[in-house]
Amino acid sequence: MKQRLLNAWSVLKLPLIAVLVGFIVGAICILAAGSNPITAYAALFKGSLASIPSIGETLYKVTPILLTGLAAAIGFRCGLFNIGGEGQYVMAAISTVAAAWYFQWMPHFILVPFLLVIGILAGGTWGGIAGVLKAKMGINEVITTIMLNWTALYLSNYLVRTVLNPSNILGDAPSGHTVVVPEVARLGKLSSMVPAFGFSSVHTGIFIALGVAVLMWFILFKTTLGYEIRGVGLNYQAAEYGGISSAKNTFLAMFISGGLAGLAGSIQILGLVYMVNQSTELPGYGFTGLSVALVGLSHPLGCIPAAILFGILDNGSRQMQLAGIPKEITAIISAVILVFVAGALLLKYASTRYEKRKMKKNGPVQSGPVMDTAGKGVE
Amino acid sequence: MNSMIALAVIASAIRLATPLLLAALGGVFSERSGVVNIGLEGIMIFGAFFAVWFTHLTGNAWIGVLASMIFGVVAASLLAVISINLKGNQIIAGTAINLLAAALTAFFLELIWHRSGSTPICPDMLTSNPLRVLEGIPFIGDLFKQFTPFVYLAFILVFVTYYVLWKTPWGLHVRAVGEHPKAADTVGIGVYKTRWTCVLISGVLAGLAGACLSIGTVGLFREGMVAGKGFIALAAMVFGKWHPVGSLGACLFFGLCSAIQIQAQSFGLNVPSEFLAMVPYVATIIILIGVVGKAVAPKADGTPYEKDEA
Repeated sequence: MKQRLLNAWSVLKLPLIAVLVGFIVGAICILAAGSNPITAYAALFKGSLASIPSIGETLYKVTPILLTGLAAAIGFRCGLFNIGGEGQYVMAAISTVAAAWYFQWMPHFILVPFLLVIGILAGGTWGGIAGVLKAKMGINEVITTIMLNWTALYLSNYLVRTVLNPSNILGDAPSGHTVVVPEVARLGKLSSMVPAFGFSSVHTGIFIALGVAVLMWFILFKTTLGYEIRGVGLNYQAAEYGGISSAKNTFLAMFISGGLAGLAGSIQILGLVYMVNQSTELPGYGFTGLSVALVGLSHPLGCIPAAILFGILDNGSRQMQLAGIPKEITAIISAVILVFVAGALLLKYASTRYEKRKMKKNGPVQSGPVMDTAGKGVE
Repeated sequence: MNSMIALAVIASAIRLATPLLLAALGGVFSERSGVVNIGLEGIMIFGAFFAVWFTHLTGNAWIGVLASMIFGVVAASLLAVISINLKGNQIIAGTAINLLAAALTAFFLELIWHRSGSTPICPDMLTSNPLRVLEGIPFIGDLFKQFTPFVYLAFILVFVTYYVLWKTPWGLHVRAVGEHPKAADTVGIGVYKTRWTCVLISGVLAGLAGACLSIGTVGLFREGMVAGKGFIALAAMVFGKWHPVGSLGACLFFGLCSAIQIQAQSFGLNVPSEFLAMVPYVATIIILIGVVGKAVAPKADGTPYEKDEA
């Protein structure tokens, strides 16, 4: 039992320390702004957890970042750095709006799953492009996914301005957003089922996201596909030697990763936003997803508490602002957590090195696999 | 008439290429030594902000420029510590710098000016041509009217970068460290020191790029003003095959795309502006695929180096 606790601590200390450091740096910034950190954090948690509607609002914020977190996590597991979650999200969002508009004659219970599949396919395709280029030609997925992010943004902007604009479809005045997703295609609000949720925007998408997290856990750890993906991620040469195709699994991992980010886009559109706006900036869910995956140690179930943490930070910032504290504090906390996770791999690294040295002295001892990239942590 | 439009487009292309070029040169230094710098965007945000702040504080835009370089170095040293000493992940470190820059500058904006969105206009800026003599040249004299000190600086730095990295012993060391750090280490080149120097230089250059956007263009700092230019610079560096002169070509090409995008109406061009905005990214993917001469990264780019303990 004690051993188990020690093991759990050695695995969890990295994200826990990162979060702690994030909050400490946040407190320093709050002090610099001339406020009391305790009041500020009280407002933060009050704003995101104190009542059922505020919990609902937090869950609404958790939904997309849990999915983009899972997207990043499956990439990490295969040794891939998918920072294209942004573009995959954008492609899925715009495709969902288009499909929702043109297929609105379908009945609700067929249309909604159909649209979610459209989102998964759109995001999956966008991620799959980077996957093919990596698998077939060895082109670094970091660069291609960055390029695809912005390509997606401008493609979406073009569609918003022309094809899907209300001026084109309905003959209205030109506007900065697409047509609005019809009622029949929307996800249900929890507040319409449980009135206690009140004003909050939480919708059934949260159940889909949680379900997908469990599904990804099952796929990664209980199926051959997951075994192969993890094998390629840990050591692709050894995996090849064992008969696992690294090209095939690289593509599949990128496709699934893109599909998950796409699902986030689809759900966000059908759950609350109902349209896509013209934008000069990427939506940001994909980058937050990276943080979620890293704090969640790239474990699908670990992503759940991590996504809740970032959801709390996001949702509580408004209450903090009302208490007179700049809302940017929460963004600083998130960024510091990420900085620390990037650097804190040192802790893990140092301990593996320590084990290695011990091994040299005392002969082989039991030690975990040596991990050199982000997030390949627990099982 | 036509030649005037052409001249205007070329002038604006060069002006738009300048911040990209400065940041891309920063990328060349960092990546040639083996450190991927996704954080260019964030360093530019820092540079843009601190240039404006210090110009406000001192009333002198050149002090703003100095501040942009200093804070560029501060931001870059975060990347250096994480990726060189701690052997952390360079991509995460870069992404973290980008997020941190956006959040911190917004926070400072709130703290210093008690407003969000943008700073007041600076009392001093660097938006005019420092070399008025050149405006007297027949035909192309008008071209120089729009040039800021940053334009001249960026073009000079292209050749300085080329000279330093390809014609000096230290440049050879840098490239060796980026290709095969172990071999470099064996012959006595300090891998960590070389990488540190290069990452800090990339901080100076990306910081300058940020200053060019703020005090060199609009004279204020606005949230979201960098809007992906750091990533276009990254694209330009890849498109230019990790080479300063190549990056120059790429930046001019990308600058031309933006210039045409802005002036498309004035010569009745009917290409959707979004497609022109996409060109840098799509072109970079195409060049990576190798349709037009393959771009290959330095071999050890992105991998931390671990010294063997003897």
